[in-house]
Amino acid sequence: MGLEEKLPAGFALTTLEAVVGYMRKASIWPATFGLACCAIEMMAVGTPDYDIARFGMERFSATPRQADLMIVAGRVSQKMAPIVRQVYDQMANPKWVIAMGVCASSGGMFNNYAVVQGVDHIVPVDIYLPGCPPRPEMLLNAIITLHDKIQHAKLGVNRIEAARAAEAAALAATPTSLMAPTHEHHAPLSATPGRSLLA
Amino acid sequence: MSEDQELVRQGDVDTAPVQIGERRGMFGATKGADTTGYGGLQAPILFPGAAERPYGSYFDAIVDTLAAALDRADNGTAKGSGSSGAAYAAAVERVVVDRGELTLFVRREHLPAVARALRDDPALRFEMCLSVSGVHYPQEAGRELHAVYHLTSLTHGGRRLRLEVTAPEGDAHIPSVVATWPGADWHERETWDMFGIIFDGHPSLTRILMPDDWPGHPQRKDYPLGGIPVEYKGGTVPPPDQRRAYN
Repeated sequence: MGLEEKLPAGFALTTLEAVVGYMRKASIWPATFGLACCAIEMMAVGTPDYDIARFGMERFSATPRQADLMIVAGRVSQKMAPIVRQVYDQMANPKWVIAMGVCASSGGMFNNYAVVQGVDHIVPVDIYLPGCPPRPEMLLNAIITLHDKIQHAKLGVNRIEAARAAEAAALAATPTSLMAPTHEHHAPLSATPGRSLLA
Repeated sequence: MSEDQELVRQGDVDTAPVQIGERRGMFGATKGADTTGYGGLQAPILFPGAAERPYGSYFDAIVDTLAAALDRADNGTAKGSGSSGAAYAAAVERVVVDRGELTLFVRREHLPAVARALRDDPALRFEMCLSVSGVHYPQEAGRELHAVYHLTSLTHGGRRLRLEVTAPEGDAHIPSVVATWPGADWHERETWDMFGIIFDGHPSLTRILMPDDWPGHPQRKDYPLGGIPVEYKGGTVPPPDQRRAYN
């Protein structure tokens, strides 16, 4: 149907978005940047055992100017926060962020004054990767998920619309504490939804 | 040796252990949330009392030599004013020997002289200050903040000595020992950062661990832990320091 039938063989039609996404996802350079124990797992991903080179990502960029992906591997202390933000700011667009491990995602076990409670307080995060620390396979899965996200990223006006839709969805989402409990809590911990479980 | 011991005038020392508090329960949980089985635990928190002569090991030699060195320094500044052992008695308020370790409690205004004598006297030669630590005892009125110095003598085969200096919270000043042990520079900055002890005479007493504009001193017992409520499906759990009553 349409234009394809009238073209000679050897042509394929697609959208510019799909081509750009395909090219972008295949040439990601992560920043050389580790904060804590998660960074050890991130280094393991670079070894032949897990072989991040399969995705063309083995070249960890020593300068943020030539990096597209920041893998926040570890807890971010309040003192480190401005430095993390500076690394992010120095990266050229387009750029993506993976919050690797629970500490980078939500503060994790360090629920105190010294640690930023989730790196999304200082930089926009694309993929949250749970685990303490996540296995290398989990990081690879996060990278594949990010590839999928990049492949389907929108451009131009579509991008603005997509961002608006994502924001509206986030605002309309039910807070976790108001979701139905997944199981019966132990007697002293039981509480009505949205209330303190220890009160 | 016996003559040296005569130099140090021994007052009546209270060798009984000092009770600084009482522990109730494993974590002080009072709202029935303690699942450790130690909820009924009740025990005094005891610190070792002052030691009696002989202290044992090389400790007597250290104390006697220090007393003589302090006397010499005292006589050197004000001719003939110092009697034997007076400078030592003024500088050291308590000697504690516990678990084979010697601790001298030094009055803060005498710390620089004691430090200099410990480093320079040929029979002492404590060349290394391994660490300057802080401790906060909120219940000890008038001496809430302690600075602890761990010294080692390389000349005398790794002899060890601990100094403890106290300061009240309202006037948290202790003389710096950087002039004697330059390596104590960063240790004192850390102790200032964490406990708010001001080391007078330090070349640049600034924060070293926390950000420069950080309010307060986190290692003090009354510093709040902070944190945010943790969300689960079906409810939230308050931040750690609000879950139980710590006492």
